[in-house]
Amino acid sequence: MSHNVHGHPQMDVQVERKFVPKVKDLGPDVNWAQINKDVLRSLEKPRPVFWIIFFSALALFSFGVYCEVYQYQNGMGVADLNNPQVWGLYIATFIFWIGMGHSGTLLSALLHIIHADWRKPIYRYSEAMTTFTLLTAALFVMVHMGRLWEFYYVVAYPNERWTWPNFTSPLVWDATAIGTYLTSSLLFLYMGMIPDLAICRDNAKGARRALYKFLSLGWQGTDRQWGNFKVAYMTMACFLMPLAVSVHSIVSTDFAVSQNPGWHVTSFPPYFVLGALYSGCSGIITLFIVLRYVFRFEAYMTQPILNKLIKMTFAIAMVWTYLDLIEYATTWYGSDEVAKADLLYRATGDYALQFWGMIFCAMVMPFTLLIRYVRHNYTVLLIISLILNVGMWLERFQIITPTFAKSHYPWTWTAGWWPSWVQWGIVAGSFGWFTMLFMLYCKIFPSVSMYEVKEMVHEQNLEGKAMAHANPESEQAPVGLLEGGQA
Amino acid sequence: MSLSNLIQNWDSFRKRRPYEDQYKDAPYKWAMVIDLDSCIGCNACTVACYAENNLAVVGKERFGKGQAMHWIRIERYWGEGEALETEFPERGAQYLPMLCQQCEAAPCEPVCPVGATHHSPDGLNTQVYNRCVGSRYCSANCPYKVRYFNWWNYPERAWPNPLELQLNPDVTVRSKGVMEKCTFCMQRLRAGQDKAKTAGRLLADGEVLTACAQACPTSAITFGNLADKNSKVARMWKNQQVDLAKNAQDKSEEGVRGYRILEDLNTYPSIVYLERLRNFAA
Repeated sequence: MSHNVHGHPQMDVQVERKFVPKVKDLGPDVNWAQINKDVLRSLEKPRPVFWIIFFSALALFSFGVYCEVYQYQNGMGVADLNNPQVWGLYIATFIFWIGMGHSGTLLSALLHIIHADWRKPIYRYSEAMTTFTLLTAALFVMVHMGRLWEFYYVVAYPNERWTWPNFTSPLVWDATAIGTYLTSSLLFLYMGMIPDLAICRDNAKGARRALYKFLSLGWQGTDRQWGNFKVAYMTMACFLMPLAVSVHSIVSTDFAVSQNPGWHVTSFPPYFVLGALYSGCSGIITLFIVLRYVFRFEAYMTQPILNKLIKMTFAIAMVWTYLDLIEYATTWYGSDEVAKADLLYRATGDYALQFWGMIFCAMVMPFTLLIRYVRHNYTVLLIISLILNVGMWLERFQIITPTFAKSHYPWTWTAGWWPSWVQWGIVAGSFGWFTMLFMLYCKIFPSVSMYEVKEMVHEQNLEGKAMAHANPESEQAPVGLLEGGQA
Repeated sequence: MSLSNLIQNWDSFRKRRPYEDQYKDAPYKWAMVIDLDSCIGCNACTVACYAENNLAVVGKERFGKGQAMHWIRIERYWGEGEALETEFPERGAQYLPMLCQQCEAAPCEPVCPVGATHHSPDGLNTQVYNRCVGSRYCSANCPYKVRYFNWWNYPERAWPNPLELQLNPDVTVRSKGVMEKCTFCMQRLRAGQDKAKTAGRLLADGEVLTACAQACPTSAITFGNLADKNSKVARMWKNQQVDLAKNAQDKSEEGVRGYRILEDLNTYPSIVYLERLRNFAA
């Protein structure tokens, strides 16, 4: 036995070193020029189904606008809100949309910080999803206000009367948190796009060229620019990650700070954050399948990446399920009789269907992700990811409505309150608004990060070379690094 | 709340309310006692409130949808067991007039994003209509559900020409999208206080009454100044051993029947209810 330079004992026996072939996220035939070509093509000719999705979304959105105008003109009464049921679907859907946004940040910021490279082909559209879901959520804050035209009172703006918003109110925290989150994720999305916008600029003509030229801020791809870019991007990612956690915690204080039964729960902030990541991840799976088909991204949105995404979703779903059960357990074994009655009412009362629907869709359905067939069949997976999000929407619904229906004061107990068509119309319109914005974005901006996929290909090739060097008879032959491509 | 006000009065802002002797030096603290034994459920208080405070009559359909605007409502509960056996016309019916409890630690106040609802120095829970943006968080957090939102544009619906002439000129007519609630007839209080101030004195007990207290045929509602130790209301609170800053009553003594609703939520309401007495043996 001898010692090496570090003083560790080293065996004299020659160990045969062999690399275990790693599952590669991208196929072997992706080269740099092809990446540019494929992604730029998504800006030009998507499949016809793109237009079907876009115009359906536009139609839904137009109906939502009609409902909102109707409500604006006549008053909130058209939504059939009443004295105990003051919030209805608007706040439920608001939490839903805020939650949807969180996974985009998880993918783009957290996985960037921990160098999980599989995020690279899919983080761009996830970050775009974050931005547009936040825009949708902000819409609901407006829609729900009785006096929409005075919304700016909630913001701390300088005025001659020195009046401030009420800083003890969770709604002010909300407005601040969402404003900050929206601004920073928009910046983060834009910042990450700059090198790709430069590629677009170099390939575009006419008005689009002017747009990309303006947006790419004179990107040349010099060493100095790349250096600064990497530092700025990492800083932004580090800033964004705690922010994302805080935003949904703050949204949960809307409920946790109040005294209503079923809301007055200490575990709400982590529960909300996990619920947010959960619905966001299943949203990302949905969009993964849609984009993959619509824009022909089969080479970049591959099965190994999807598998990792599904694993993450499943893990988050399990943590969320645990926290949900914890919430019920603490209520059940707690001494708050009203909260206990509220829990029983949720499970057995007028909204039992929604409650058990939530349990089925959001707690039972994720187990189907364990089945290999489901993970590999995109149609089934698309449906399941949508069901998961229906479950998460129902979860928000059954937080809001049963609590109002059966609160502390028995005189205002209402049986079987149901939202009017105006509320449903606006909720449907919000889905149209989000889809419309998202589809427009994917048509105008590269929804797969070109430069980062190139990095990924480069690293994969280096790995392949190292492997081939160490293990010459390995099947994983290295792929031409710069095969006819340029950066 | 202006910044300078916040800095100057920091001590009073950070003090947990209500505290012992909070209104010791204050000239007024408005409070109420409602004797459920005297209440006959006639709804005169509700009608008086509609007339005094320009409340909109919403119509049968909207009332059924829960969009009514009654700042004071008569709740009817049915007794259990023996109480149900009582004779017609009572049949165990019990009435409870419910209005804003003007809580000292009101759950509605801290949650308003724009500070449209706040506590006045005389212990009222006030609503600033001009400031309200209609987020309805106050109503969501009110355990008594006594805040009423203008779901529709009532002025044009409830008082078509020439009915607007019946409106009380001292009270704001609320437009759509703002929250409103019982003010303890603030307009009467302020007018009385101004008059007394001009005369260089404090308001005498019973000089100003709320519309509901004034209209009650059985004097079930007693309204007055709790800061004045000799007022009827203060004496009743004392007799019932109810303390503004305590959240539970010691009811061991015979004849003590005062309580405040949902006290365990630590809202410290300004309205004491007197339990109903029944002698089934008689």
